[in-house]
Amino acid sequence: MSWISDALTSSIGRKLSMSLTGLFLVSFLFVHLSGNFLLFKADNGDAFNLYSHFMSTAGIIRVLEIVLVAGFGLHIYTAIVLTRKNAAARPVEYVANGSNKKVTWFSKNMGLSGSIVLVFLLLHLQNFYWRYHNWDIPMVEIDGKEYKDMYFLVASVFKNEWWVNPVYLLGLLLLGFHLQHGFASAFNTLGLEHKKYSPIISRIGNLISVLIPLGFATMPLYFWLFN
Amino acid sequence: MKSMNLTLKIWRQANAQAKGEMKTYSLSGINDHMSFLEMLDVLNEDLVKKGEEPVAFDHDCREGICGACSLVINGRPHGPLQTTTCQLHMRSFKDGDTIYIEPWRAKAFPVMKDLIVDRSAFDRIQQAGGYVSVNTGSAPDANEIPIGKQIADEAFNSATCIGCGACVAACKNASAMLFVGAKLSQYAMLPQGQVERKRRAEAMVAQMDKEGFGACTNTGACSAECPKEISMANIAMMNREFLTAKFTGEA
Repeated sequence: MSWISDALTSSIGRKLSMSLTGLFLVSFLFVHLSGNFLLFKADNGDAFNLYSHFMSTAGIIRVLEIVLVAGFGLHIYTAIVLTRKNAAARPVEYVANGSNKKVTWFSKNMGLSGSIVLVFLLLHLQNFYWRYHNWDIPMVEIDGKEYKDMYFLVASVFKNEWWVNPVYLLGLLLLGFHLQHGFASAFNTLGLEHKKYSPIISRIGNLISVLIPLGFATMPLYFWLFN
Repeated sequence: MKSMNLTLKIWRQANAQAKGEMKTYSLSGINDHMSFLEMLDVLNEDLVKKGEEPVAFDHDCREGICGACSLVINGRPHGPLQTTTCQLHMRSFKDGDTIYIEPWRAKAFPVMKDLIVDRSAFDRIQQAGGYVSVNTGSAPDANEIPIGKQIADEAFNSATCIGCGACVAACKNASAMLFVGAKLSQYAMLPQGQVERKRRAEAMVAQMDKEGFGACTNTGACSAECPKEISMANIAMMNREFLTAKFTGEA
């Protein structure tokens, strides 16, 4: 079995982990965003509360939760391993810094954008995940059954703890830059390069790097400014 | 012809063990038609006349085909143009400029003296698998090899890599993946390269890792600085070759 560990700990194997976990996390973003849009359904949050209840109780989701945490863990762990190796590959830095205009600043600073997204993620988990499971959340009755009022929690955090909103917006902005480089980069790492498809992949990357953060940003902005 | 006065800041290091430092030199009366290396020749003649040690730098063909010349000029490998240092001319600079000249920086390319680095890591990667063991005979006639024109062109483009190491010097991770990608791809696309295809991919990548080069983060800096314009597609092909070899090879 040593060929598997050889393959996965080689430089290209580490990049493989990075790209597969990255693409998996992108798929999570789609699921998360589409579910969250239930916040905008005009039913006083009933659909969103039922969705939150399902997401926190259904067995399949709890299993996927573990897979998701593992995905984040492996993405972050591999990033640290690669960053340390890459830093060791150049022990002496250049005195003069020349930059090529064809190389974007964010492509060279994925570690920085990723770290800021991680800080945002931890705040986000405390704001909602932690409180949903550990705080006394007001209850709401839907079709004769009692549910935790997640809708109320979301609305009150973005309205009353408004200082989190700039952190959310900054986190989302950097997530956009992270995706802009990361999405297309993941395909190149997988060796999926093709004259016809690579430009399309690149365009999809650009598109989701704008649309995903924008979609998420509507939520704090709506509850902060319009509700 | 214009005459230029320049301030040069050059990395000086007596030998591999010595601690180096940037030293400042003033140079006057430089002809703007001179190549960058000729400008350094003028500096060295001055230094020799003064009884000082001339600046050591790599150079050979001086016509842009051998890959011997190096130098990171103002933070960019081979300077501001996407070419080799020997093909860079002083008209790319202005009178009164300060120019920083440094060696390639990578753990796998240790400085031997001044601006000369040891690039034998590239040779060892080539020795690990960058060859074909079959007898290929003399140069074949046109269209004799059963491959399409497009494949032939792409294999040729990969083969134009001169192994100068600018990709490593430009990469923020000092990664050699553009070089290894080019050297793998040129064989992977041709019939002669098929026999050793999987073994080659595994062996060259293993040697690359052993030499201490970093890993690619797809910034594209290597390709943007490559004097032979080797494309990032070569890195994708290397990834594909390596992963296929690892997961489908029977050895």
